[in-house]
Amino acid sequence: MRHRLFDKTSRTLIMGIPILWIVLFMLLPYGVLLTYSFWLKKYPLFVPAFQFGNYVTLFTDPQYMQVLLRTLKIAALVSGASLLLAYPFAYFIVFRLQSARWRTVLFMAVIAPLWVSYLLRAYVWKTILGTEGILNTALIGLGIVDAPVDAFLYSQFAMVITLTYIFIPFMVMPIYAALEKIPRNLDEASADLGMSAIQTFFRVTVPLSMPGIVAGFTMTFCLSFGDFIAPFLVGGPDGLMVANVITSQFGSALNWPLGSALAVVMLILVLAIISVSDWIEQSGQVEL
Amino acid sequence: MGLHDENLRPGARVSAVPVSKIMAEAEPVIQLKGISKHYGSVVGVDHVDLSVRNGEFLTLLGPSGCGKSTLLRMIGGFETPTGGTVHLAGEDITGLPPQRRDVNMMFQDYALFPHMSVGQNIAYGLLMKGIRGTAAQDRVREALRLVGLEDKIDQRPHQLSGGQRQRIALARAIVREPKVLLLDEPLSALDAKLREQMQVELKHMQERLGITFIMVTHDQSEALVMSDRIVVMQAGNIAQDGTPEDLYERPASPYVANFIGTTNFLSAKLLSQEGTLAVVEVAGQKITISNAPVHLTGNTLQIGVRPEKARIVADGSAPGDNLLRGRVKENIYLGLGLRTVTELADGSLISTDTMLPRGIASHKHARPGDEVVISLEPHNIFLFEAGS
Repeated sequence: MRHRLFDKTSRTLIMGIPILWIVLFMLLPYGVLLTYSFWLKKYPLFVPAFQFGNYVTLFTDPQYMQVLLRTLKIAALVSGASLLLAYPFAYFIVFRLQSARWRTVLFMAVIAPLWVSYLLRAYVWKTILGTEGILNTALIGLGIVDAPVDAFLYSQFAMVITLTYIFIPFMVMPIYAALEKIPRNLDEASADLGMSAIQTFFRVTVPLSMPGIVAGFTMTFCLSFGDFIAPFLVGGPDGLMVANVITSQFGSALNWPLGSALAVVMLILVLAIISVSDWIEQSGQVEL
Repeated sequence: MGLHDENLRPGARVSAVPVSKIMAEAEPVIQLKGISKHYGSVVGVDHVDLSVRNGEFLTLLGPSGCGKSTLLRMIGGFETPTGGTVHLAGEDITGLPPQRRDVNMMFQDYALFPHMSVGQNIAYGLLMKGIRGTAAQDRVREALRLVGLEDKIDQRPHQLSGGQRQRIALARAIVREPKVLLLDEPLSALDAKLREQMQVELKHMQERLGITFIMVTHDQSEALVMSDRIVVMQAGNIAQDGTPEDLYERPASPYVANFIGTTNFLSAKLLSQEGTLAVVEVAGQKITISNAPVHLTGNTLQIGVRPEKARIVADGSAPGDNLLRGRVKENIYLGLGLRTVTELADGSLISTDTMLPRGIASHKHARPGDEVVISLEPHNIFLFEAGS
């Protein structure tokens, strides 16, 4: 009887603590957020209410739609760029690199930046892309341009580069894991059955690494979708993203209900993307 | 009879079959000339010459690391030889990649594409031949019918058993109607019972299709059951090349005698030789061998005797020579027979197998400690030079 009692207590503890944590720090705040999103802004602060005015504002005032679309565009560009860079890299280290040690070294080279502060990594691009930065200095030194180009920094281009650099490990890791699981003799079997290396790549390698591509795309997309530091550091006036607008609604604009409504919309979008990718992954599930 | 006579007239057959076809049958479908594969200073395959006849079931047999798989992979185009040439039906294909060779491989673990259905796996090899649509469908169904798995066309490889996957791999390879089918340890992933069944099935399939099969295996019994011809490999070279009977009954070296079947090896001293008739001394006894190699150089030799070809006989009942005397050490029950291990005067051991057609209970046999006489027939003894 004693140990059964202990069993019950420990089970409650093991399950209880995480559940409590999730309720306290996730569900509760989301509930608060949702509640706020129906409130009414009334000078000087806001009052409880149940109305959809905030959501109507979001979908009718073009400046919010514009930010939302821009954020989606930048997130898509970042995930696209990450995929184009990460896939060949992962393919190379998995299939073409003979030495296991070099494979580990190169893989670690991708992971290592994750141990460096995010802020620092974003800040680095300021020093590369700035008017007195490395890129401009090099271009002037090479005689390609006469005066520093100020278009590099504080632009959407700078944001895409910075976010790609920051989130690319999240693309490399799942693709690497997916490629590594592909049996090597499938390439030989495909060649044996008449396919060239390129045909084999598109007919065998890419389909079998699709779960990794989907996982990587989802992660980089959602992470950059919610980012607010890169726009702040390198984005400039036309680089504001949804997260920055939410920050300002809770800060200088002092319109918590509108900020909450925007946050809820963002949350729904991200959840939708994750669900879709989950569905793709489930339906494309392959047993190796 | 009259009609048949018509056909037997000189020239009648030749006109029925195109000359080019007869030429094609005469020349080997695969010809390897001085083929080598060196990995730095390590020798994988060393200067091998080999011709494979059209329609033949040839097995490359040997222990792991003997170069048999490398040889197969060079025929398939998966390894580039460091020397020599590969000819397929008279055409030099040494430099061609796998996709441009009219040869298909059945891989050891089948290498079926997990993201495709069985039907798609089989149709895959037809895509680059330009066979699509209903024509491809018909070919796929025909291949599946051959391996008896028509109902699995829409399943995924992971839903099939090991034996079924093996058949699908076979169907995928033969649907392209290659000149030669390469099989890399095709049965090694199956359990013993299924393996035995598939040996016979594969052999029948090969006979029905008439495609040349080249198989790699390390399992000598598999090689004996399936092959028309076996090439035994040793350290990158061909140790012996012959029919299963040749290899079992006339092994060229102790290596072959040891690799195929079980052989007792006893050291012997040459007493006299006349042609293929040799007299040697084994454990103090005179033994006559009727099919000895003609040019024996040294007089330190080795004889080899298959356990089932040596017989324990009643003392005094056998006439004259070719008797070995010893004391029984132990009996080993094999089910099919009884193996008696006897220690000879010089301390060497010899095994003799006796069949047990009426079971062990009604079989009178020597017990450990008994003195026995073992009779060897002169034509059932292998004689090897000690160094070979």
